[in-house]
Amino acid sequence: MSPYSLMILLLCLSSAAYYLGKKKAFAVSADVGGARQLHSRPTYYGALAARWCGIPALILFAGWLGLEDHIITGMVVSELPETLQNLPADRINLLVNDIQNMVTGNIVSREVDDVMRAAADHYRHLQNISSAALAVLVLAVGIGGMLWVRSRIVPSLRARNHVERIIRYLLIFCSTIAIFTTIGIVLSVLYEAIRFFHAVPVTEFLFGLKWSPQMAIRADQVGSSGAFGAIPVFAGTAMISAIAMLVAVPIGLMSAIYMSEYADRRFRDAAKPLMEILAGIPTVVYGFFAALIVAPFIRDAGTTIGLDVSSESALAAGLVMGIMIIPFVSSLSDDIINAVPQALRDGAYGLGATQSETIKQVVLPAALPGIVGGVLLAISRAIGETMIVVMAAGLAANLTANPLATMTTVTVQIVTLLVGDQEFDSPKTLAAFALGLVLFIVTLLLNVIALHVVRKYREQYE
Amino acid sequence: MADPTHSDPKLISREKRKTVGDITVDNPRMTCRNVNVYYGEKQAIRNVSLDIARNEVIAMIGPSGCGKSTFIRCLNRMNDTIESCRVEGEIIIDDVNIYGRDIDVVPLRAQVGMVFQKPNPFPKSIYENVAYGPKIHGLSQSRAELDEIVETSLKKAGLWEEVKDQLEHPGTGLSGGQQQRLCIARTIAVSPEVILMDEPCSALDPIATARIEDLIDELREQYSIVIVTHSMQQASRVSQRTAYFHLGDLIEVGKTTDIFTRPKHQLTEDYITGRFG
Repeated sequence: MSPYSLMILLLCLSSAAYYLGKKKAFAVSADVGGARQLHSRPTYYGALAARWCGIPALILFAGWLGLEDHIITGMVVSELPETLQNLPADRINLLVNDIQNMVTGNIVSREVDDVMRAAADHYRHLQNISSAALAVLVLAVGIGGMLWVRSRIVPSLRARNHVERIIRYLLIFCSTIAIFTTIGIVLSVLYEAIRFFHAVPVTEFLFGLKWSPQMAIRADQVGSSGAFGAIPVFAGTAMISAIAMLVAVPIGLMSAIYMSEYADRRFRDAAKPLMEILAGIPTVVYGFFAALIVAPFIRDAGTTIGLDVSSESALAAGLVMGIMIIPFVSSLSDDIINAVPQALRDGAYGLGATQSETIKQVVLPAALPGIVGGVLLAISRAIGETMIVVMAAGLAANLTANPLATMTTVTVQIVTLLVGDQEFDSPKTLAAFALGLVLFIVTLLLNVIALHVVRKYREQYE
Repeated sequence: MADPTHSDPKLISREKRKTVGDITVDNPRMTCRNVNVYYGEKQAIRNVSLDIARNEVIAMIGPSGCGKSTFIRCLNRMNDTIESCRVEGEIIIDDVNIYGRDIDVVPLRAQVGMVFQKPNPFPKSIYENVAYGPKIHGLSQSRAELDEIVETSLKKAGLWEEVKDQLEHPGTGLSGGQQQRLCIARTIAVSPEVILMDEPCSALDPIATARIEDLIDELREQYSIVIVTHSMQQASRVSQRTAYFHLGDLIEVGKTTDIFTRPKHQLTEDYITGRFG
């Protein structure tokens, strides 16, 4: 039986368990004076039966599928002739790969001999046994669980508490998935980054001024020595993010102030959704907007006033990134300004403060921590932004303070280092992980600070 | 005339809701004539006329939603901050109609200060809270002068002794009663002539309430005070005149002692004897 039909069968079985459990609950309650005498509502007894039917069977199912391959492979290998078993481990791996390819009908890398054919047959045979055994076991566990719960249904069974506990475990499980994924990603990046730091010292990476991630394949190749000083890359990220924030923070903040303090409701109702459309544009669209319209425009404008602007400039990327972030800043600030209690504004107006005095001296100072938090979140967004800079900022790692020059960012370098076929034992590729690690740490710090600031602000008016 | 109140036997007809008692005083500080207030389509205040005397505390009482808060918010045009609100009629202070065409609300609100129901100190230091008004109105030339204003205001509000060593601490860190006295000090600091108080004690415990009531009594020597309150005991303790509002109408005005002992209007009597409210 295929895993899919088994799953569907299991679902049907769980539904059946639900009805049986519920029916049993009604049946046992009839003896003691109706469903009101049950500890929990009848549906909880059904739910309990369904869960005991489904969950253990599912766990068994998942565990089986996880281990099946490993066990079958081990059994096939142990059946191979002596001569083959004494091969080194990587050769055996290749052999097993071939056997598996034969079983699934893929292309095989060597001559097919009788030994292999026998092994493949054996493999297929074991697979069949395994899937049959799995089906039997899963159904047995499911039915067993259902019957076990059903036999235990008495009016005093605290079914609701049991069901709620199971649901709570489920919730805990779901909430930890994100955490474990994060830990997993961090560890994998960290592991590769450490490999990189074996080849290139940390200090050279963090403080070196030249970025040229080439590695020679042969010793006599031109440009055989790579340079992995990441300062120009970080500088590019900092420059472009700074330009973006210079665009986004004033425009976003001022539009938030207008929206929340001055605009009448009709304008706000119309304008806010329009601004949020800006946030919904895919970054790749911003990317070609930057590369095809903004960058040439800046170059032409620069040429007319006698400036030498490269066709891929930090300015163009930064400007467009800033526009992308405007709705982010404005809607966060808008929320925070709106959260300032009306009582504070009334207090200021009651003293004869004008609207602008009230906004500048009472509302904004009260909202400032929250706004700072929002801006920090926006910065970490800008630092991590990839698509716009890939398309508009360029690849050359120039260490310059001139926004009209081509610059590159951490994210662009990661993309270029990892796109295409890469070998994972050269510092060139591993450098991407080191860059990613630094990027991760920076944005993590910014986010932690920002969230802390925002939370502190929220507590102020409780 | 189609008057919806006729169809409802619980309500009393228009004729019977004309103001009873003397709305005028000699040499009034503020004069309100035929004030109507609308929130969008809904009328919140109908044809209210009332004088506010100098150096008196006048209490506004009445059941919730009767328009007493709306009325006092007209006196310094705080209703301007509510988009749908529209005010008709005349409110005169110093021979000027504050709803006249060329009136700037900024000096008006300095002249007619307001204390709110919930203490609302700014999230600044105690000193800055009190100094804020004088600063924006340029009432002081030097830091020393400002210090002086802050100290006097806090003393008048009866808060100085409690906070003089912690003027740099945030105003929001004070207790509820202290915060309300801070707000009163803040209002006094711009030297208003009239102080509006919108249920200033409703968020406070009895001890803090007693302190504020004593303070109101002292402040009467220098200011006219209009206080909205839900507590009839408070009205009888602090005020010299009382105005009873009912569903947007000013029903009865008179000396506080008269209102509470010999109310002339049936509605007033029903309210103060606790038949509704």
